Amino acid sequence: MMRVLRERKGLQLFGLMLPGGFWLIVFFLIPIAVIGAISLMGRDDLGSPTLPLTLDAYVESVDAIYFELFLFSIWLSFLTTIATLVIAMPVALFITRLPKKWRNTMVFLVMIPFWTNFLVRTYALLFLMRANGPINNALMDLKLITEPLSMLSTPFAVWIGLVYGNLPFMILPLYSSLEKFDWTLIEAAQDLGANTSKAFFRVMLPLTAPGLLAGSILTFVPAVGSYITVELMGGGKTTMIGRVIATQFGTAGNWPLGSAMSIVLMVIVTIAALLYFRVGRGERIAL
Amino acid sequence: MPDTLPVDCAVELRDVVKKFGDVTAVDHVSLAIRNKEFFAMLGPSGCGKTTCLRMIAGFERPNTGEVYINGEAQGATPPFERNVNTVFQSYALFPHMTVAQNVSFGLEMRRVAPADVKRRVGEALDLVRLPQMAGRYPKQMSGGQQQRVALARALVNRPQVLLLDEPLGALDQKLRKEMQLELKSLQTQVGITFVFVTHDQEEALTMSDRICVMSQGRALQVGTPVEIYERPNCRFVADFIGETNFVNGKITVIEGEFATVETAAGMRVVGRIDHAPGQRPAIGAAATLSIRPEKMVLAEKRPDATANAYEVRVISVGYVGSDTRVVVSLGGERVDVWEQNSVSTLDPNYFFHPGETAWLTFKPDNGLVLTA
Repeated sequence: MMRVLRERKGLQLFGLMLPGGFWLIVFFLIPIAVIGAISLMGRDDLGSPTLPLTLDAYVESVDAIYFELFLFSIWLSFLTTIATLVIAMPVALFITRLPKKWRNTMVFLVMIPFWTNFLVRTYALLFLMRANGPINNALMDLKLITEPLSMLSTPFAVWIGLVYGNLPFMILPLYSSLEKFDWTLIEAAQDLGANTSKAFFRVMLPLTAPGLLAGSILTFVPAVGSYITVELMGGGKTTMIGRVIATQFGTAGNWPLGSAMSIVLMVIVTIAALLYFRVGRGERIAL
Repeated sequence: MPDTLPVDCAVELRDVVKKFGDVTAVDHVSLAIRNKEFFAMLGPSGCGKTTCLRMIAGFERPNTGEVYINGEAQGATPPFERNVNTVFQSYALFPHMTVAQNVSFGLEMRRVAPADVKRRVGEALDLVRLPQMAGRYPKQMSGGQQQRVALARALVNRPQVLLLDEPLGALDQKLRKEMQLELKSLQTQVGITFVFVTHDQEEALTMSDRICVMSQGRALQVGTPVEIYERPNCRFVADFIGETNFVNGKITVIEGEFATVETAAGMRVVGRIDHAPGQRPAIGAAATLSIRPEKMVLAEKRPDATANAYEVRVISVGYVGSDTRVVVSLGGERVDVWEQNSVSTLDPNYFFHPGETAWLTFKPDNGLVLTA
């Protein structure tokens, strides 16, 4: 048996693919196929999917209201990605520049929040930002404001929630590509007459682009479809497409519409990610 | 102290000290590197030579003392405003740029007109004999080729001084020898001051106009290769450059330019005193006689010479073609003697054999009495 395996490369590959392939087919491809099928169905009075096949759900899902919601979700996720990038870059740089023995400790600290339930952490954020929460109280005490800011249920609150939740997913890939970065290259750039910002944009940024791309995708994609954060921080007033989709499967009872929206969202995110990678890679070669 | 120097000095370090925490990497070093000179900084790893180079480049700032380039005190001038370029030990080529993009980087940073950039990049690649490689990426090239790209990238900027940090360290022996010659001829061709850091004494001797030998942060001796080899000013330099034998003892006689050193066992050796003006050693001072293996003669019979003739026992004989390396026992101490094989013979009796006795002599002129 082992000998056959050793001699036949094709069989070897098949063996290696088996567990992962099985997993992907059962828990990824089949559900997507089911969603795809439902999205093409109509619905009866109780909301259950029915035949015959129709494109009604797709027509409805790109309806003006929902279309705006798609745009808003992408826009807010884009802002989230930018904010996490701006915050994560200095953090990752800082960790990379620490002595080796401190670096692992710092990475560990970045990961500690994962040990606490995300829901609980979002509630904590909610508590911080509410009308008589610590932030408002502090601002009032400092006489910076006369009445509490109503931060919750605004796009701002959702944005803060998304940035908070996704920050580690940006820091970790950035750090791992910065750690491999050869700092002599910065010295070489400076030696050749590049000031600090030119050395950063011409040498460091292109060479750490893979980490940057990975971090951005890891932040952007979950942000677009996020549900819990929107539910709690948006308080029903600010909503994103992920929450609307959830509603279709729940209270609204419109499975075909929810499925169609999921498929549309998936297509949009895939196109966005592909474009992003294309641009990112293009830059690296063009520079 | 005047802030300007005669212009024929490309670089000067004046009483420079650099500390990293508690460690003194460079300890009161003063150096003057002349214009268009091939200057080597030679020493074992950790001697401070690279730190000196980095202070000239502007990557490190001296704690005290000052670096002058072309007569101007550099102070806190950042690397990108200094008219020097570095060839890094690891080459530090930009992996995301082609050879041409690497080489043009410095010119673009200095806002050279695009037409000139193209021409100068072409010239620089011709100079290092890589004209057809412009479109390649560094990782598609061999170590030797990357080395040349690094050189072209630095030279294309026509710096006042080119700093080279162990540039041949990563190359194999054969390529190293080739690049040594090539670097030397390149330097003559472009007429730029080269400051070359190395731990390889042979490399320093063959390439340099002058060498600075460093140890433990201090510049021990600066001189031409001949001066450094023939007149080392201390034990460290004598030992670090080439091979030598040391005989330790006390000075008992001083006669003109010569001194007699007597060992604890009562053996006397005579050599020349080479001392700094006004620092003539005293009778009774501890001293070491340094004598190079190739500067001694082994004979079967007692020679006529009165000084420095000793009966020795042959311990081992090693034939290496051009010469025969004999180890003898002189009063219990091992002494290396290299005898040039100036006669073509297969006669085994021509050579000494272990266990034989022989007479070892050297001219007092060839021995060097060192007190530092």
